[in-house]
Amino acid sequence: MLTIENLRASVEGKEILNGISLEVQAGEVHAVMGPNGSGKSTLANVLAGRDEYEVTGGTVRFKGQDLLDLEPEIRAREGLFLAFQYPVEIPGVSNVHMLKAALNTLRKHRGEEELDAVSFLRLVKEKAALVGMKQEFLYRSVNQGFSGGEKKRNEILQMSLFEPSLSVLDETDSGLDIDALKIVAEGVNSLRSPDRAMLVVTHYQRLLEYIVPDYVHVLAHGRIIRSGGKELAHELEDRGYGWIEQHARTA
Amino acid sequence: MNEQIHADKELASLAQREYKEGFVTDIDADTLPPGLDEDVIRTISRKKEEPEFLLEWRLDAYRRWLDMEEPGWPHLHYPKIDFQQISYFSAPKQKKLLDSLDEVDPKLLETYEKLGIPLDEQKALAGVKVAVDAVFDSVSVVTTFKETLAEAGVIFCPLSEAVKEHPDLVQKYLGSVVPAGDNYYAALNSAVFSEGSFVYVPKGVRCPMELSTYFRINAMNTGQFERTLIVADEDSYVSYLEGCTAPMRDENQLHAAVVELVAMKGAEIKYSTVQNWYPGDEEGKGGIYNFVTKRGICKGGGSKISWTQVETGSAITWKYPSVVLEGDNSIGEFYSVALTGNYQQADTGTKMVHIGKNATSTIISKGISAGHGQNSYRGLVKVLKGADNARNYSQCDSLLMGDKCGAHTFPYMEVKNPSAVVEHEATTSKISEDQLFYCRQRGLSEEDAVSMIVNGFCKEVFKELPMEFAVEAQKLLGISLEGAVG
Ligand SMILES: Nc1ncnc2c1ncn2[C@@H]1O[C@H](COP(=O)(O)OP(=O)(O)OP(=O)(O)O)[C@@H](O)[C@H]1O
Ligand SMILES: [Mg+2]
Repeated sequence: MLTIENLRASVEGKEILNGISLEVQAGEVHAVMGPNGSGKSTLANVLAGRDEYEVTGGTVRFKGQDLLDLEPEIRAREGLFLAFQYPVEIPGVSNVHMLKAALNTLRKHRGEEELDAVSFLRLVKEKAALVGMKQEFLYRSVNQGFSGGEKKRNEILQMSLFEPSLSVLDETDSGLDIDALKIVAEGVNSLRSPDRAMLVVTHYQRLLEYIVPDYVHVLAHGRIIRSGGKELAHELEDRGYGWIEQHARTA
Repeated sequence: MNEQIHADKELASLAQREYKEGFVTDIDADTLPPGLDEDVIRTISRKKEEPEFLLEWRLDAYRRWLDMEEPGWPHLHYPKIDFQQISYFSAPKQKKLLDSLDEVDPKLLETYEKLGIPLDEQKALAGVKVAVDAVFDSVSVVTTFKETLAEAGVIFCPLSEAVKEHPDLVQKYLGSVVPAGDNYYAALNSAVFSEGSFVYVPKGVRCPMELSTYFRINAMNTGQFERTLIVADEDSYVSYLEGCTAPMRDENQLHAAVVELVAMKGAEIKYSTVQNWYPGDEEGKGGIYNFVTKRGICKGGGSKISWTQVETGSAITWKYPSVVLEGDNSIGEFYSVALTGNYQQADTGTKMVHIGKNATSTIISKGISAGHGQNSYRGLVKVLKGADNARNYSQCDSLLMGDKCGAHTFPYMEVKNPSAVVEHEATTSKISEDQLFYCRQRGLSEEDAVSMIVNGFCKEVFKELPMEFAVEAQKLLGISLEGAVG
């Protein structure tokens, strides 16, 4: 599904990713953890194609294509979804309008028929109920005046609506209360399937109790310093990042 | 930085989009040689077989105009207009009014077809009745739906015809809202106006269809001096649509129209404009100069006038649709979207003059500037001494794309009655890189994302437009309307 090789990226001349390699197979869930400022969001944004970040080396293949060669919207249409750490507000644009425009663009790209207003509304209401989002949020401007948790739910609503093949969740659990956390986890788990994959960025072991990852990676200073199974997350929770970084240095 | 590059790219797809309506219809025109003096005015009046009072009115306006100074505006820059280089009359060779579309010059119909507004299809428009009084250059060529309107007692005809058929009405109301000497361009228009529309809706009548007129500027170097007069008698209602497009030209063309609206007691007039005149090329060459005087008077108690406009065209726009709130409890509204890209300049806004008691006025102005576009809002809210409990709410929002463009807001208030409540809000925003990236991550193209955001920005105005016009307006801003969701 996704093969990252020795990826390097910088922003405003400052190198942030220092050679990341990662292989994600269809059906797998990978967790990415790491201290603040280690480059997790940068990785997510580089994958999604944000041009603020300059790729200075390495390759990324996504479903057999050179991902770095594609425009952000093409990556999205090919099935790459990013749940943003800080979803942006778009005043004046109603949520439901944006969701419909986006879903129909994706469907068109997949060769599926576009949904008319009625069937779209039925679908989006169903999905909204699934992520515990009140219908009024559909008619409000995109993310405008949403609380932190509501914004995150809106991201998950989009994910379940678009059914992407690769979902990158950037700290979707941060700022969520425990009920919302479970709902987000359910949303993610319901999408789990042999032909989909997830890259879940989080600071907390707690989320990984609900979304059990196949692999856990620790990012520090722009590179993966340790990879392991789900028990690595437990270890981190107990001992912090310090011990791995020490290990990495002495190793 | 990046934002800049993106905004500039947007500009390429939005404001710099190729002007689709840029073609010239090749119809023989009976055109007066350039120049203006009393003889030219006499000739126009004679060609149009006008009664004496109108000729006198024109000559009076002309003499006033000679004594006036062309206004200078701090935020508009353009070469001085040589009024002697303009031809003041141009008419297609066919003179008499036609009964059906079959009799219309096929080239003319073709022109409309290229514009996507084929007249013959309008007739059949499912469920929507639209009366079209097509003004081609200066002379009306075809008038449809006359019968339905006649049944309701509504008069909708070219102004020149009204002059002949209803001289009393014309004499009573022409210049009653915008007097001949009102301002430089209005005086010029009064002297030389050659065509336009006239509407009269009798007492208690709700006009059975939306009225629309398409203007086109076609003959080379022919200034356009349209004059529209709409009178809504007591407790009547009328919605009037004005849509404009013009073929591409190298030379700047002057357009100085006058629109007068009169709403009697309990009457309502809704006047909507979508304006798409040639804005000039990327370097700012060519394009239409648009100096328009639009004013309505709420004469009777409880009357209402609302102006809604979407302006994307013209090299220079100078225009302040206004409402004089004379009747008690009257309502004045102004909803506007103005887009300026390339080197376009717009100085628009409105005037709300409160005279009667308990009158309410609302101003919603949305300015979008891209490229080197300069967008100025100039609004005046005037509350006279006797205007008790006047209420005004004004909101002026500017959206900037890139950093070479500008938005300027000049709200003026003159309040002479202490019971007045006048509110003004203004915002300036930019389309951010974050917003664009968010939309693109959802699969939307950058162009669609910009359209969506711009459309959202203009929503409050678009919802005031009649449906078909709203669609046209969204198209003008590069937006495709995706179903009824949203
Ligand atoms: N646009 C930018 N301009 C300048 N520096 C940036 C920019 N984006 C990221 N950085 C820097 O790159 C580093 C990595 O940032 P990133 O957001 O990827 O960290 P993170 O691992 O997601 O952190 P957190 O856990 O706090 O979300 C930080 O030092 C950050 O300040
Ligand atoms: Mg982050």
